[in-house]
Parts: sequence; structure tokens; C-alpha cells
Amino acid sequence: MTTVEEGKAHVGFGRMLRKEDARFLRGKGNYVDDIRLPGMLHGAILRSPHAHARIRSIDTSAAEAHPKVKAVVTGATLETLNLAWIPSLSHDVVAVLATDKVRFQGQEVAFVVAEDRYSARDALELIDVDYEVLPPVVDAKRALDPDAPVIRDDIEGKKDNYIFDWEAGDKAVCDDVFAKADVVVSQEMLYPRVHPAPMETCGAVAWMDPIDQKLTIWSTTQAPHAHRTLYALVAGLPEHKLRVISPDIGGGFGNKVGIYPGYVLAIVGSILTKAPVKWMEDRSENLMSTSFARDYHMRGEIAATREGKILGVRVDVLADHGAFNNTAQPTKYPAGFFHVFTGSYDLAAAHCHVRGVYTNKAPGGVAYACSFRVTEAVYLVERMVDRLAQELGVDPAELRMKNLLRPDQFPHVTPTGWEYDSGEYPRALQLAMDIAGYDELRREQAEKRARGELMGIGISFFTETVGAGPKRHMDILGLGMADGCEVRVHPTGKAVVRLSVQTQGQGHETTFAQIVSEVTGIPAEDVEVVHGDTDNTPFGLGTYGSRSTPVSGAAAAVASRRIVDKARIIAAAMLECAPEDLEWDRGSFHVKGDPGTSKTIQEVALAAHGPMDLPDGVEGHLDATCVYDPPNLTYPFGAYICVVDVDPGTGKVAVRRFIAVDDCGPRINPMIVEGQVHGGLADGVGMALMEAIAFDEDGNNLGASFMDYLIPTSLECPSWETGETVTPSPHHPLGLKGVGESATVGSPPAVVNAVIDALAPFGVKHADMPLTPAQVWRAMHGNPMRTDLAIQ
Amino acid sequence: MQVPAPVEYERALSVEEAIALLVKHGSESRLIAGGHSLLPMMKLRLARPEVVIDINPLAGALSYVRREGDELAIGAMTRHADLLASALVSEHAPIIAEAERVIADPVVRNRGTVGGSLCQADPAEDLSAVFAALGATVRIRGPRGERSVDIDSFHTGPYTTVVEPDEILTEVRVRIHPGASSAYEKVERRVGDWAIAAAGAMLQVSGAAITSARIGLAAVGAEAFRAPRAEALLSGKEGSPELFAAAGAEAGRECNPHSDQRGPEDYKRHLVSVLTERALSRAYARASGGAAR
Repeated sequence: MTTVEEGKAHVGFGRMLRKEDARFLRGKGNYVDDIRLPGMLHGAILRSPHAHARIRSIDTSAAEAHPKVKAVVTGATLETLNLAWIPSLSHDVVAVLATDKVRFQGQEVAFVVAEDRYSARDALELIDVDYEVLPPVVDAKRALDPDAPVIRDDIEGKKDNYIFDWEAGDKAVCDDVFAKADVVVSQEMLYPRVHPAPMETCGAVAWMDPIDQKLTIWSTTQAPHAHRTLYALVAGLPEHKLRVISPDIGGGFGNKVGIYPGYVLAIVGSILTKAPVKWMEDRSENLMSTSFARDYHMRGEIAATREGKILGVRVDVLADHGAFNNTAQPTKYPAGFFHVFTGSYDLAAAHCHVRGVYTNKAPGGVAYACSFRVTEAVYLVERMVDRLAQELGVDPAELRMKNLLRPDQFPHVTPTGWEYDSGEYPRALQLAMDIAGYDELRREQAEKRARGELMGIGISFFTETVGAGPKRHMDILGLGMADGCEVRVHPTGKAVVRLSVQTQGQGHETTFAQIVSEVTGIPAEDVEVVHGDTDNTPFGLGTYGSRSTPVSGAAAAVASRRIVDKARIIAAAMLECAPEDLEWDRGSFHVKGDPGTSKTIQEVALAAHGPMDLPDGVEGHLDATCVYDPPNLTYPFGAYICVVDVDPGTGKVAVRRFIAVDDCGPRINPMIVEGQVHGGLADGVGMALMEAIAFDEDGNNLGASFMDYLIPTSLECPSWETGETVTPSPHHPLGLKGVGESATVGSPPAVVNAVIDALAPFGVKHADMPLTPAQVWRAMHGNPMRTDLAIQ
Repeated sequence: MQVPAPVEYERALSVEEAIALLVKHGSESRLIAGGHSLLPMMKLRLARPEVVIDINPLAGALSYVRREGDELAIGAMTRHADLLASALVSEHAPIIAEAERVIADPVVRNRGTVGGSLCQADPAEDLSAVFAALGATVRIRGPRGERSVDIDSFHTGPYTTVVEPDEILTEVRVRIHPGASSAYEKVERRVGDWAIAAAGAMLQVSGAAITSARIGLAAVGAEAFRAPRAEALLSGKEGSPELFAAAGAEAGRECNPHSDQRGPEDYKRHLVSVLTERALSRAYARASGGAAR
């Protein structure tokens, strides 16, 4: 229950209303589509109806003759500008507009700029594209067949659809552990293609001012600085003449990390027409062409002793990356952080092999609250632990409790090389079981089973891997993943904090003010958060992978401490004592032993700007900066329990209860944390029960609208029961770990484990998400479906 | 933003004017009431009428649920929400109220109309199955006058009905049978989605014997939304769990579903069996006065 006191200054952490809600609740946000500039034109993209086809010719003459059309751009136009292809974030190239072939349904083929949005859309129908339809590669499992059509014949010498192989862990050691184990359980599973589907679709307004040659881009980006640098590198534009503004963003979930062809086209449109150009995609365009998530075909194996001591986990993955390898993650990790699949357990060995392939589907792969494929990893290991419990005939909670890492094992280096910072796992699981009334639930289940009713209890214990990351290990296209922060205290003691990260709904304008407040004692109401504008904020890589709090939150804390350090020197000068003779009471200094002789941070701020002589070496004003290079990632964790009822006649699943105990270290604003957890849990229910983008044999996208791609409503979600434990990170200045994606990562396996548990009387061992009524019924009859293909 | 193709707008203040506008603009014009089917199709440019004729001003005249003798008369402009709230409907045709509870969501139910749903004739339309089970008749007016059509001959195929381009559906009539009751069962992937399959049943009971049975099926390619062989199994028999299971199985066999992302054909047939059986059991209990409405 959230209770917030009104009308009182808030200092530091704790519940307070979100500062940004004053405008959002009034409908006064300012999103990209709200940007209106004088003389602004509108763009629309013609997209491929085919999954795979050669373009014989494109006739744009009728569109160009449309009275309101100002420009028509094709791949041929872009080739003259050297912009038809741009580098992807994963050592590949991506077509801005197709030149030779189209490689997925919905791929960008032509761009029309017109006086209004309607005319631009109408003119698309006047463009005549002559396609030679080619056989598509739809089934990732067939992508490497010798006779599979070659998708990427644009790459010289390319004769197959292979992208990469990648491994982590010591294979020999792992194989040895498996060879000697009493019990080995294996399971094939698919984490299907799902879509972030943010409420606001992607779009941009580009304005190349022809006089001063400055290009301003308002766009739906989670990473404005990274975008600016990439535009500069790709298009050869001078970076100081580029400004990227990310105004209010209506949800990102990783969907708004990359640079989409539409953004580049808006820029090209503005250069060609010498007018501002707006491009805003519609819902179907968003679902069909922008970054998806998952599409991991996994074969997991788990080894254990007969007594239930887990020894090792190994995984073989076939990763469907779509038509271009355009996943967004630290450069040296082509499978993201998937190798954190060892989960929360004390293992002797682990190994994974991931193979990436091209298919005729939209590119992407890392998006959707995933922390760089930690979602897939947690799903894999949590399903495998449940499979083992089933095989051994032991309770899945008991099996987990027995194998969880103990507090004295931290910091813990996993067999795949991660160094977990801190954790008290058994305490979190026990709390979740207590809230759930676990033993009572098992008794109820036994009674119901005797009556033929299907009730399931599912557990998931997850360890998140967030806050990318240490510069020496992590960069994106050569840009290190460190983030800057500037804090400036104005003469009257109010402050501004400038951030490289950008909120998309997470509440940064509140939580970062609270971080500054926590350290400086300046009320959070008095701290203005500035972000999302490259001209007004320090450099950094942006908000995704739950990195804002672990990285920029640390930068803000360190900069704030520097403010306090400087304030101490100035306060000492004001009080005519030595700095070390002062005590800090968060918000004011007093002379040790003399609480009456004190100076508030606000008084110090005024003095710092005043005529007073400051001590030697101390410049005036009260501001500080920090570029934070995190020494390690942070590892939030949690224990989730889901209770479901399944209708044995229809296979319909109802989620009755969901208990979520999260440990993200100290909570800046518990209300916001709970909100993020609630959202992630709903995501998890959606992915487990209804969300998936499948493709038919012609490569048609079968999830291209909200009639086909289902997102859960409040009626599919129970009233969430949340709990918390607090295990601070030892290396973050404030012990914070981040929480943005925890619930999305942790919840799907809890739901799936619950459904499979409910189906135990039918001998069901596994069925792939989404567990629609049809899939559940098929599983009950031993015949679950592949959920990446059209249902036959 | 999805933007429709250019379209002209007209507004009709009476049924006569609506018909006159349909005659004037011909087959490329479409009536728009709640707009919850037509507008999405226009935005996707799957429907491209040249003229839309707004008949919302007719709501005053065509929005009603009333009892006329032994019939319920439902005006074509009656919104789903009004049907759901109607005490007359709950009393005499609980199948309608049960279906309305699971049709789309409150936003759609506040705008969508009975007539619009029937004329859209989506193969998964709940009300088509409901009125098939109830044996309704519909009233249609046009430049050649008014006619009544039995619901069984109303649909001519997916998304097509006997309503001519210059006609307007004005009313649905449902007979109130003594000793009859009804029920509706639906499974959807998520609230607001179309049915994977749905089944409605209306049973007329005398003593323990079923004197008349009608079954309506949605989303499974059933001819006229009916299950005649299953209905035939029921007539004249005494209701029992075994009978309803047998009728459900027959309905599952005789419908004609096809696989899509909502489910494979075998599951849909199974679902029809289960839902038909459940709807029959509840309708029978209600008609026999054995269970709560």
C-alpha cells in the first residue's frame, strides 16, 4: 500500500509522488509526436509485403506527381548519399531502404515526404515496386540446411545463413561433471519472439537548419548521446553540429535503443527538402519492423546427484537474429549476458554454446526488459531446475533451497565468469514462501488433485545482471559504458542534476532528485533533473539493461558527495574552523560539540557564489561532475511464486496469486520500485500466457497488430503481492542495484512452472510459451505445439 | 497513427434519410454506428468506403429493448452496454447477458451496437451465435420497404449478409418461449479477444423432457452458426449429463473450424464439445428451475 504525505519537503530516499506526474496526469507530456515546427513536413515509409523478394524495379513517378508530395526517397537515392546501408550494433550492416532485395515482411523500401501525414500515406500506394518473390527462411532450425535460400547475398562470398558461434564456460570440465553425475535431465525449449510494444511507437522529427548547418533530431531514443555519436560516425556529420533530443518517451523496454531506418530517413528528408520532417510509425509498423526480443531455441541439460545436489548446467542455443544481426549489447558478447544462465545456484561447472542464424524476419534480438538476454538465461535455468525436481520427485522449493548460493559465498565467481556482488538468497525465498503460505498451498493442491481439479504452484528464483558496465569489458561500437553526471547547486540552494540517461517512464525526474537529496540534504523538490538533450547533458550511453541506477545513479551520488566535500571546506571557512572539525547532518554542517554553530547547504551555496574569500585552491560556485565507470555489474535478485488454476476442460489458465520478493538493494523510492515490479510481472504473465510473434510458411508476420499480438490486461493479472529484502551492493556508492527489469526477467518461469505443475497429473514435462488455452490442452494430450510457426 | 484513405462523411437524422443516402451514394457507401469494426478496418485500409453515413443520430429511435407480446424487440442501435444492463434481457434471454459480459471490453461495449455487430457478420461474432441459438428474426428496411428475415438465412457467408447495400437493419426480435432458458460459454485467449470458440444453447423444457433445442456456435465455421445434428440429438429427450456430453461431441464433429493462431482445428473441435456441453447443462438447469439464473 502506497501512502505519501503531501505538502512536506522530501529529503532523501522514501516514498514521494513522482515529480513528472504533474504533467503526465494532466495529459501535458511532450512526446515526439507533439513536436510541431513551422513548415514541418511528414514522412511515411513504404514497406515490403514479402518476407524475401528481389526488387526488379521501383517506379516512383506517380507518387512524385502527387500535388502534396515533396520528395520520394528510394534505396537508389540513399546510395548516392552512401546511406543505403548503415552499420549495425553487432558487426553487421542494416539496410535503411532496400536496394537489392527485401529480407523481411515490413522492411523499408521507399520514403515519401509530403505536406501532411495523410498525403504521405496516400502517396505510398502510388509507388509501384516490381518484386520477384523468393522462397523465405522462416524456421530457424532449417536456416543452415544446405538447400536453404541465402538471405545475405549482399555480403561478399556469403553462401549460407550462419552468423556466429559463441561459447562460455569450460566445456571439458562441464562434460566431465555430466559424465559422472547420477542424474542428467535434458529439455528442449523455445523462448519465442516477443515484442516490447511500448505505448508510444518510434518516431523522429529532423531539422537540418540550412543556415547554420546544425541538425537537430527529436527522437524516441533511450540513448541520445550514443545516437548522436553514431550519426556523426555513420553519416560523417560533425558531432558539434548534431543535437539529439529525447523528449518525453512513452515506454522503451529496449525497443528504443537502436537507430531505425525511419530516423535516418527523417534526416535525409530534411536535408532534401530543407524543411523539418516528422516520421512517426504506426502500431503495425512498430510490431513488424522494430526490435523484437528472444527467439532462442534452447536445449538445456542439468546434472545432479541422486540426493538433489545440482552439479552443472549446459545449454545449446540456436539464436534466430532475423535478417540483419542488429542486436544491441556490449560488443564482445554476441549472445548478450546469456552466460549468466548458471542462475542463483552453487554449480561445479557450466557451459553454453550459442549459434546465431539469419532468417527472413525483422532484426533485433535484445530488447524488452531483458538485461541483455538475462531473461532467456533465467527462464532456461529455472525451467531446468523444475524439470530436475520433477525427475527426482522432490519439491521444487526444497530443491532450490538446497542449492541456492549461501551468503558466505559472496562475492561469488560463477563457472561462466560473472562475479556476483552480494546476495542473501535463502532469506528471499523463505520470505516469498511465507507470504505465499507455501505449505498450505501444497495441501490445497493435493486436495484439489484428488477431485480432478488442476492447480499449480510455480517458483522462480532469479539473479539479474545489470548496470553495464565496466569499461574494460564493455563497450558499444567502441564507446565505453561509463556515464557522466553534473550537479550544480544554484546560489539560493536549489540544484540541477544533468544526466546522460533518459527516462521512458521509470520516474528518473523523481529518483535522481532523491539521490542528490539523499547525499546533499537538499529537498528532492528543489532538485531539477535535466536529461534527454545532448546539448544540455554530459555524455553517456543511456537507459537500458536496468543501468540507470547502477551507473548514472552512482555518478549522481559521487558528484553529490563532491558537492558536500566542497561545501565542507566552504562551511569551515564561513565558521572559521578546520573542515575536519565539522559534522555533517545531511543538509548542514555544525562544529563538533557545538550544534548551534552551523551552516546549511543552502547558506554554503550562497556563500560559494558570494564575495567571501574562499580557501586556497577552492574555486567559487558549488558544482561537481563525475564520470562513473562501474567496477562491476550489480546483481539484484528475487524469489517469485505463482499460483494458477487451469480449467481441465478448456485448458484456460487463470493466474490466482503472484508473490514477488525483490532484493534490489536499498530502494530510492519504494512506490516507484513497486510500480516497476508490477509492470514487469504483467509483462511476465503476458509472455508466459499470450504474447508471441509467429510467422507462417511465407514469412508473414502473424502478430502485426494488437488484435494478433496480445498484451495482458488487468483482468489477466492478480493483485500482486510484493515483498522485499535488502542486500546492498558492496561496490555501488549507495548500495543500489537497479530493478527495472527484475520482474520481467523473473516472472515468466514462475508462471510456466506453475502451469506445468498444474498439469503434472497428465505427465506433462514441458510446453513452450505462450501457454494459450490451445497449447495447454495440447500439452495435456502429449502434443504441444511449436509457437514460432503458424498453427496448423 | 494509422490513417484511413480519403472518405466523405454524411450524417443521417432518420432511417428514411439513411436509406436515401445509401441510395444516393451506392455500394461504396457504408453505414457507421459504433464504428468499432469499420474504423479499424478503414485505418488498416482493409475497408475503403468512399462515403461513411453516420447513423448515430438514429440512436434515439433505434435504441431500445422492450417486450412486445411474447417477443423481445431490440433496436439495432442498442449499444452492447445497454443490452448487458437490460433487466428484460437478463430475465428472458440470459444467453444475451452472458455473451455481452464477454464481448470485447467496456469501451467497445459502450459504443458498439447490436445491428453493427450483426451486419459486420464476423465469423467469430458472439451475437450471431447468440441470435442463432435464440432463433431470432431481424427487420430490414430499404427503398423497397421493410422485410423480416429469419436469423438462419441472414448470413450469406463470412462478413456478408442478406442486407442489401441500400438497406438498413432496424431491429432484432426474439421470441419468449415458456419453459425455456439459455446460456453462453466462450473461451478467448485474453479478455477482449475474439472467441477461440463459443457456444450458446437455448432449451425449452417440459417436465424433464427437452421439447426444443437450439445451439449457436461462434468462430468455428458452423453453417448459419448452428449445430443441427447436435440439436437433433436433444429433442424429445430427458436432459442428462450423458446426453449433453453426446450433443457436445456431435457439435464438435459437425462444425467446421480451421487452424489459426487462436488454436488448431483439433482443439477448437474439442472446445466446441466442452462449451456446448456446459452451455446445455446450464440452460437445462435454468429452464428446469433447478439452478440459479
